[in-house]
Parts: sequence; C-alpha cells; structure tokens
Amino acid sequence: MTAQINRRSLLSLGASLGISVNFLGSQAFAASEGALARKKLVVVICRGGMDGLSVSPPVGDPDYSGLRGSIAMQRDQVRMLDDTFGLHPELSAVYALAQKGEARIAPAIASPDRARSHFEAQDVLETGSAKVYGAETGWLNRTLEALAPVRKVEGLSVGATAPLILRGKVQAASWSPGKLVDETARLPTLLQDLYKTDPLLGPAFARGLETETMAQTAMTAMAATPAMNTMAASTPSMGAPAMAPAAGAAPAAGDRNNRNGTDSARKLGSTLGGFMIQAGGPQIAAVSLDGFDTHAGQPGQIATRLSYMDAVLDGLHQGLGPEWKNTVVIAVTEFGRTARVNGTGGTDHGTASTGLILGGALKKGGIVGDWPGLSQKALFENRDTAPTIDMRGLFKGVLADHMGVDRAILERKVFPDSASAKPVTGLV
Amino acid sequence: MGNVATSRKGERRLSLPSKDMMAAIAVTRFGLGARPGEIETAKADPQGFLIAQIRREGADLPQDSGDTALQRFAMMRDYQQQRRMERDKKDGEGDKTAANTQAFLDGQRMIREKVEGDILARAKLAANTPAGFRERWALFWANHFTVSSTKQITSVLIGPFEREAIRPYVFSSFENLLVASSTHPAMLTYLDQAQSIGPNSPAAIALARRQNTKAGLNENLAREIMELHTVGVDAGYTQADVTEFARALTGFSIGRDNEDRAGQFVFRQGAHEPGARTIMGRHYGEDGIRQGMAVLKDLAADPRTARHVCGQIARHFVSDTPPPSLAARLERRWMETGGDLAQVAKALVESPEAWDPTPAKFKTPYEFTLSTWRLIGAEPSAIERLAPILTGLGQKPFSAPSPKGWPEDAQTWAAPDALIKRMQWAQGFAAAVADRTDPNALAVSALGPRLTPAVAKAVSRAETRKEAFALLVMSPEFQRR
Repeated sequence: MTAQINRRSLLSLGASLGISVNFLGSQAFAASEGALARKKLVVVICRGGMDGLSVSPPVGDPDYSGLRGSIAMQRDQVRMLDDTFGLHPELSAVYALAQKGEARIAPAIASPDRARSHFEAQDVLETGSAKVYGAETGWLNRTLEALAPVRKVEGLSVGATAPLILRGKVQAASWSPGKLVDETARLPTLLQDLYKTDPLLGPAFARGLETETMAQTAMTAMAATPAMNTMAASTPSMGAPAMAPAAGAAPAAGDRNNRNGTDSARKLGSTLGGFMIQAGGPQIAAVSLDGFDTHAGQPGQIATRLSYMDAVLDGLHQGLGPEWKNTVVIAVTEFGRTARVNGTGGTDHGTASTGLILGGALKKGGIVGDWPGLSQKALFENRDTAPTIDMRGLFKGVLADHMGVDRAILERKVFPDSASAKPVTGLV
Repeated sequence: MGNVATSRKGERRLSLPSKDMMAAIAVTRFGLGARPGEIETAKADPQGFLIAQIRREGADLPQDSGDTALQRFAMMRDYQQQRRMERDKKDGEGDKTAANTQAFLDGQRMIREKVEGDILARAKLAANTPAGFRERWALFWANHFTVSSTKQITSVLIGPFEREAIRPYVFSSFENLLVASSTHPAMLTYLDQAQSIGPNSPAAIALARRQNTKAGLNENLAREIMELHTVGVDAGYTQADVTEFARALTGFSIGRDNEDRAGQFVFRQGAHEPGARTIMGRHYGEDGIRQGMAVLKDLAADPRTARHVCGQIARHFVSDTPPPSLAARLERRWMETGGDLAQVAKALVESPEAWDPTPAKFKTPYEFTLSTWRLIGAEPSAIERLAPILTGLGQKPFSAPSPKGWPEDAQTWAAPDALIKRMQWAQGFAAAVADRTDPNALAVSALGPRLTPAVAKAVSRAETRKEAFALLVMSPEFQRR
C-alpha cells in the first residue's frame, strides 16, 4: 500500500467525520517548498543524570584522573577530539561525525536549576523554565505553538507515551515500534465516532491513526535497506518508555543475540529518520534514553548506555539520508554527576554535564562553551563540573538560527525568564 | 462536583449519588474493575463493601513461588558462582565453550522465569480478587515505594519486596511501612544504600589503609526517602539535609554471603558515620541504628509527609486534579490517627468528593488490561499474554522508569500511540474471547449505571460480537474509572 492511498483514505475518513487531520493539512504541503520547512530538530533526553566526564573524558585536564581515581579513563582508551577532550570509546559513530565537523560537544552545560533531584531537573529541562514547577508545558510544544501562525510544524516523540517536553496545547504525535493498524477494520472509524466529544481521547486517537499511516511509509522505505527488513516485526523490548534495555529482568525474552540492544537502537533511529523525511512529516522530534543513573559500578553501565545512544544516533543519521544536512540533533541530560568517584565505583548527582550537538547543518568548530576545568577552585560547590552554558541558551540559539523561530517570540513564549541565558549563536 | 448543596451554615456540602451509581463507582474506581455480578454485590451498601476490604493483616499475597528475598539472594549467589567457575574453566578447555554457554543461558532462563512468575502471580491476584479495593490500595503503595528492575539483582527481589515489606503493612501505620521499605534488601540494593559507608567510619579508615581505596557515602536512598516517600520535594530541605540523612543511614546494609544474616537487613556499626546529625533543623544525638530510625520516625510523623502522601492518594484514586477538600480530609484523618493507613483508607471511602459520578481517572495500562480480564471473569493464563502488551503500552512490568514510580496521569497514558496499541490489543483480545460472550450484557455488568446511551448503542449496533467487545473495552467509559 502506498503512502498516497493511505493519505487519501485518511483524508476522506477525516472529512466524513468532520475531524481535521493535522498531518495532512494543506498548510503542511504548501509550506513544503520553503527552505525552513525542511529544517529538522531532534532532542535526545538522556535520563538519570548522564556523566559528562564519561561522555567526553577531559583526559588532558590535570585534575581529571585524580578526581576520578579508579574509574578514570586513560588517553589511549578514548578517541581524542583535541588536546583536552576525548570521546568515550563506545561513541564510535559520534566520533566519525565529529571527524567531519558534524558533531561537537558542549562539555559544561546545565539547566538553570541547581536541585539534584532527577525528576525536578528533568522537569526543568523539559519545560524550559527557570525553576522547578515554573511551567506545565514542554518547550518543544511551545515551539510548535509559536511556529503555528507562520507554518505548520509537526512534533513526534518516540515511545508509547508523550514526554513532558512535547506536552502542551499542540497535539504532538507519539510512536513506538509495533504491528500496523488493519485499515480494513471498521473499529477505528467507530471509535472516532465514540470519541467525538471526548476532549482527551478524540484528538489523541486521531493523531495516533495519522502517525500509523506515516509509520507504514517510513517502514516501507526502510525495507529497501537490507539492515532494516526486520523492522516490521514487533520488538517488545523497544516499546517501553525506557528505550534502553533494562539490565536484568526483561520478562519478554529475545535479545540474547543483541545483548546491548544496539541493533534495535539503530532501527529505532533510522525509522525516526524515515518519519522525518516524509512530506508533512515531523520536523521536531524527541527521544528519551534511560538508565544513566550510575551510582555504582559506573564504567560498565555507562558503556552499555552510550553504545545504545551511539546506535540510535547512527541509525538516525542513516535514516535521514540526504536530509541529514538539514538536521540538528541535541543530546542533553538533566544534570551531570560528581567530579569525584564515590565509594561504590560510581558517581552521585552533580551539576554540569556534556551536551552533544550533531547534524549535517552544523558548522565546524571546537567545543561549545568554555571549559571551566576541574581544579578544586573551579568545581561547583567543590563537587561538580561548573556550568558555563545554560542549556536554554543552546536551545534558543538552535531554534532561532536553524529552525527560524522569531527571537522575540522565543524570549516571550518559548523560554520566558531566560534573559540570563544568552543564545548560543553561530552553530549552523 | 456533580451534586453540590449548601448547608445552613453556608458550607459546601456534597451529596452522594444513588446507591446503584455508587456500586459502579466502588467497583470500578476504588476497585480494579467489575467481574461479572460484582456491581450487583456492592449495591446494598457500596461504602460498606469497600470498608469490609480493609483489614489489619494487610493485603493479599500473590500465589507465587513464595521465595523470600533471602532465597533469591542465595539463588543469585549460586548463579554468580557458577558463572565464575565457568569462566575459570574456559581457559585451556576450549571445547567446553558450548556447554558453558548453555549453562549461562540456563541460569539466565531460571532468573527470568522467577521474575515472570512473580509478575504473573500478582496479575492473577488482581484479576481474580473479590477485594479489588484492597489490591488497588496495595498497588498504590507498591508504586509509592517503587523498586524497579534496573539491576538484575533487584528484578528478582521485587516480588519478595512487595510480599515482605509492602503488603503486610498497607493497613498498618505509615511509619511501619516506611521502616519496612527502608530496611528491605530490595530497596537497599535498588537505591545503593547497602554499599554506603560513612567517610569517617572505622570501615572507611580500614579500607583506606588496606587497599588505598576511598569508601564513601551514597546519598541515593536518603534523597528519595525525603523527596518521594515522605515530606516531598517542596518541603524546604536542602542538599545539606540530604547529606546529613545519608550519613545517619550509613550502616543500613545487607548481610554478605559469609555472614550469619546473609541476604537480610543488617546494621553495620563499623560503617556508620560517627557523631550527631542535624536534619531539617532537628538534632539527632543517637548512636548507631537508632539514629537512622529516629529520623525515619520523625519523617513519618511530619505533617508535610501527611500532606504529600494524602495528595498522592487523592490523585491516584479520584482525579489528576482532585478537589483540595478531599486531600484535606485524608490529611486530617492521617494526623488524628498518627498515620494509621486503615483509617486513611476508611476516610477515603467516606469522602463524598471521591464519589463524583464523572469518572476522571484514565486507566493505566495495568489497570486497563487487568480490568478487561476481570470483565469476562478470567485471568491472564501466561506471561506471554500479559508482559508484551504492558511493555507495548509503556508500562513494562516491574520496570518503573525511576524511583518516582509510574506516572498516574491521563496525559501520560492517553498518548496517541498508546491508544492505537490499546485498540489493537482489544481487537486481539476480542478475537479470542468475544464469541463466548453477550456484549450487551457485558456492557451492563462492566459499567452498571455508568454505561452511557452512546456506548450502549454502539455496542448493540456492532456488526459482530468481536467488534462489540472491542468497542466496549475501548469506550471512554471503560477506559476511565
């Protein structure tokens, strides 16, 4: 079944029920000629407090190995980016992109909030607010809202449920791997009727059906690539909000041959890319990766998580194909971890961490933001990497320069109370 | 609120809906969904039907292997030893590799089967129990004190944790529940407390001398007890309070393999940080285990804990945005009774705000799927019937995304993709069972007076039994409670 037929059938389905089908709205197609309509932004949220000093170990910093003790990495273990920073050895795809100037690190980035609670800090990251409980909607959703009068931009999150970053007034799509909807059944139509007056289920269900149509197209495209032809099979381990494989339990078996889940991670990334290259497809997407809370036995745990992230990013790069040049990917975490190793071979909740910025749209350059160093004087509260960039500044810079969001609207609507966070410009 | 009247004193007084409506609410909102005839049973006295489910001895225990945490620790120890032996054997005995791999896979399978057994037994209890309120109350507390499968060892301990630390205490005092949770090996492992050592304790000093390694504090459990289990994140405590509490908790640990209390809670005086502590303005001069216990006692009795937890109870049972007067009622009963959870459960049943006929809660995947089995008076027969759909809907069993537990709001669970997956599952479920049912009768037994004309009509007009069944399960009324 081709995408055309699906669109048409959905349009007529929508029309017959008096329901607007946003993905397929005329605005999306009309705007598709403009250069801005091709620009794409993917935000990867690394949950649990990702250790920046493991993502990009500053092996050239004189204080690094002393603070890290038993878990310090050596210069010959990492892939060097410059005299100071290496990349974790599991980040091989990211390193290959960095060699081409299509991946950069921001080694001391943090949210404006200094609480060390995962949940508060993730809320701050996702709401884009200056403080905890400062806003109830996500900044990516407010971006969609801000762009709506100018051009229709769609948002998509990967996972069965929507993360806070994409929650708000605009109904964004969510998608996770699974079997496809049987379009011949009457049930979807009957349910749309039953949900007609339901403010929660009506719009969400309509959006779900639209996304399914896109998924069929995304996967058809993938099937042409040899590595992708198993995508249509349901992979239960990928449906969880935690996209990373849960170490241990895994009641649904089947990843024996894929212990770190990197094959499914790569497929996930490339399918997301397949969504984003479609006409009227999402230009803004959010992906969550879990499991970065490494209080004990950190080196093994973080290696698993980073290899998973690397595979997702690699898959996304492949799936976007030529559209990679129109894309910026930002990977950030709610906070970094303590500079010192703790008593259990891990690290505790800290402050600044490393952000990754990738994409074919990126300009070449060194690290983004200053490196404060790890001397006792430089550490935040004599404990954590001190932040030199407020991550809202990075978000604002990319939204303005790459996605073409009006600066005044950015300050007023998307990131209110962010005057102190200077936009990071010149990245694209 | 649906029915608001004004009393002579000018206070808002809430009246209750009809007995029939209350029976439907008792079974679907307070309970886990109606089994055939259950709403009928509750009709005579809906509130009494719920109150009769509250009992001192706690919640029911799932009919699982009955393994204790201790036995599970022993199982994991044997497994690890076996693996070590295999690794050693491997050198120089290349032809043994296949056998070793097999042994490894067998071990993995045994662990998986144990965990799956726990999950399935718990689901069967939820599907079958005539005391749905009691089970929902237990599930609420299991989620409040979340232990998640982030490590292989915690995955096998979640079943025993619920059995040993949660279920016996859910109608006891909150303090008892808090202490049981905070000293259970599963929680001590999940939040890394077992390895936390006071930096100035004899154990740390000895370690530094012997191995030149620095032992230290791990703040994880202390932080989550304050933030999630008791006073809540907005209680006004500081990082210094968290660190002090972590110091007070040093010594809370688990017996090692070569010790008498292997796999059980132990207090290690040698790992305890010496000295008095100050936490949220209170001085704790106690020594040893009594220090950490004194802090737990104070946290349990803190009015901010009552406020935080009662707000969560109201949000779990009634609405994502419950009327403040409901949480206030619960809080009052909590403070009057010293956190007696049986009394708080009773206060919930007695609160008129909890009986608003408009169903505000959207069922989580666990509630949605289990209530579908209850609808037909059946249970999930195998893990393959249960785990894949829960995982697909974003609620992989025993795998809450963080120590905060599963979210409970509609925004999270009524996501577009999740609704599509619910529909596909409902279609599959209907294909397997609908031919043996009368969908019109099922609609009535599932929802009672909550069945709306629109849904009744849609079900009765469906082309096939299968379609009717799927429509009922996917109806806004069945998906809410």
